[in-house]
Amino acid sequence: MSDTTRTMTLHVAVLAGLLALQFVLPAYHHGNLARVMVLASYAMGYNILFGYTGLLSLGHALFFAAGMYGMGLAVQHLGAGPLPALGAGLAAGVAVSAALGALALRTAGVAFMIVTLMFAQAGYLTVLYFGTWTRGDEGFVIAQAQRVLWGLDLSDPANRYFAALALFAACLLSVLWLVHSRFGRVLVAIRENEERTRMLGYDVFAHKLAAVILSGAMSALAGACYGLLFGYVGATFASVQYSIFPLLWVLLGGAGTVLGPLIGTLFMFYLIDLSSQVTTAYMLIAGVVLVALTLFAPQGLAGEVRARLWRWLP
Amino acid sequence: MSLLSTSGLSRHFAGLKAVEGVDFDLPEGQIRALIGPNGAGKTTFVGLLCGRIAPSAGRVIFGGRDISHLPAHRRINLGMAYTFQITSVFARLSVAENVALAARRRLRGRVRVDRAVRSALDRVGLGAFPRQDAGDLSYGHQRLLEIAMGLVQEPRLLILDEPTQGLADSEIADFKALIRDVSATATILLIEHNMSVVMETADMVTVMNFGRILAEGTPAEIHADPAVQTAYLGTG
Ligand SMILES: Nc1ncnc2c1ncn2[C@@H]1O[C@H](COP(=O)(O)OP(=O)(O)O)[C@@H](O)[C@H]1O
Ligand SMILES: [Mg+2]
Repeated sequence: MSDTTRTMTLHVAVLAGLLALQFVLPAYHHGNLARVMVLASYAMGYNILFGYTGLLSLGHALFFAAGMYGMGLAVQHLGAGPLPALGAGLAAGVAVSAALGALALRTAGVAFMIVTLMFAQAGYLTVLYFGTWTRGDEGFVIAQAQRVLWGLDLSDPANRYFAALALFAACLLSVLWLVHSRFGRVLVAIRENEERTRMLGYDVFAHKLAAVILSGAMSALAGACYGLLFGYVGATFASVQYSIFPLLWVLLGGAGTVLGPLIGTLFMFYLIDLSSQVTTAYMLIAGVVLVALTLFAPQGLAGEVRARLWRWLP
Repeated sequence: MSLLSTSGLSRHFAGLKAVEGVDFDLPEGQIRALIGPNGAGKTTFVGLLCGRIAPSAGRVIFGGRDISHLPAHRRINLGMAYTFQITSVFARLSVAENVALAARRRLRGRVRVDRAVRSALDRVGLGAFPRQDAGDLSYGHQRLLEIAMGLVQEPRLLILDEPTQGLADSEIADFKALIRDVSATATILLIEHNMSVVMETADMVTVMNFGRILAEGTPAEIHADPAVQTAYLGTG
């Protein structure tokens, strides 16, 4: 089998598996998996910038929230239907990431981390400041009547699962296309050796900016879908916690791998879920497991599989 | 016709005049060797040509166009290729992908890129290891990979910074033949310490010392120049 055939087979099998699980999972896990797929889409967006371009952002909650609020405010205050609202969320994500990229990319390394962190904090405070519209910390609920797309009620668990899977599949296939494209390969080259890439004649700044926008757009779309599918928009999703999550998910699953974000998100979700059933000190258990993983699987789960087993894994 | 020229090109590092008032002219099609003792300013000078380093003063003209204010990637797109003195390949990417990255800026389509990559690797003698990680190559082979990445760009001007450093004698012989071959389609600016390479390949030699041009002439003239001998060959 050629590497391309293997790659396609594996990823189509994963999507088919997720589709099949819809029919067999008990309700509780069924709901969890829908949530995990949306969050994994967020992580895949993060991975474009962190895993493939080598830019560590600590401010992706800004993009997730831009999508969520772009969608939510359009529904709440403009009476937009789900599709235009998702479009508004995506547009908000593109606008915010273009602005942030143009400014933050003038810095590198630790300064880039700090600048993205500060911007996200400013975004969080903005949400609180405009409490009249955003309802601040408390947030607002998106009513069931406003979550009907093409006659499908997205608050229904089965429909919600399909919608989450559709989002996840779209993001997965986009990333798969990206890593095989000329553009994606230049991003990897920038990650590996920026100066060399520049001296091969590539406009490094333009490529990084495009990567920030692509990453921001995917994160925003995930944020918009999260709000729409689970019916709630709140400031927590703009907080620093939601900037750290995708970093952890991607690190655990494998930075710069296509399936890593799904694996990492799923793993962390159930790690916290299961350990919280055992003890109230569940964050301690989660912490220990995370430390163990970073010691023994420093490239993340999918990264280790690639290093040891399947070198063709994209 | 002149492909590249500079006037008053200078670069100072906190008072150190690494390159100072260099007027340089390189006709199209020539193989020019740039020699000089360590610290003479050769690497800094070519860095100024391709835009890696910003000048303190002076101008660079390439193909009749003033490129002094163009960023490096734009200059490369005009037909310069630069290979680093300190080997700077993509260590965790495959040998073929290293060359493909250099090729894809100019070529579209997988078949064309693959063909160009294979041909460039064959020309430098690395055709046997396309799938190996570049970082696993020996130092000498990484130098050859750098050259392949330069060749595949089919540049008008190929700048090579000490390409034979770390090569075995047999590889140096192959390198001389390769340079003559490449010069059919490209102008070459070659920073070189190995005198046999300079004597056997260069049409003209420029000698730098303390950031300035000390002498210029044919290899035979330079070899006989007493000032050059004191500055360089004697200590060399
Ligand atoms: N980035 C830099 N900062 C400070 N000094 C530098 C820098 N780059 C080069 N130099 C100094 O400039 C001089 C010329 O260096 P270089 O161009 O590398 O010489 P060569 O390539 O001829 O050996 C040396 O004295 C070197 O130490
Ligand atoms: Mg040097």
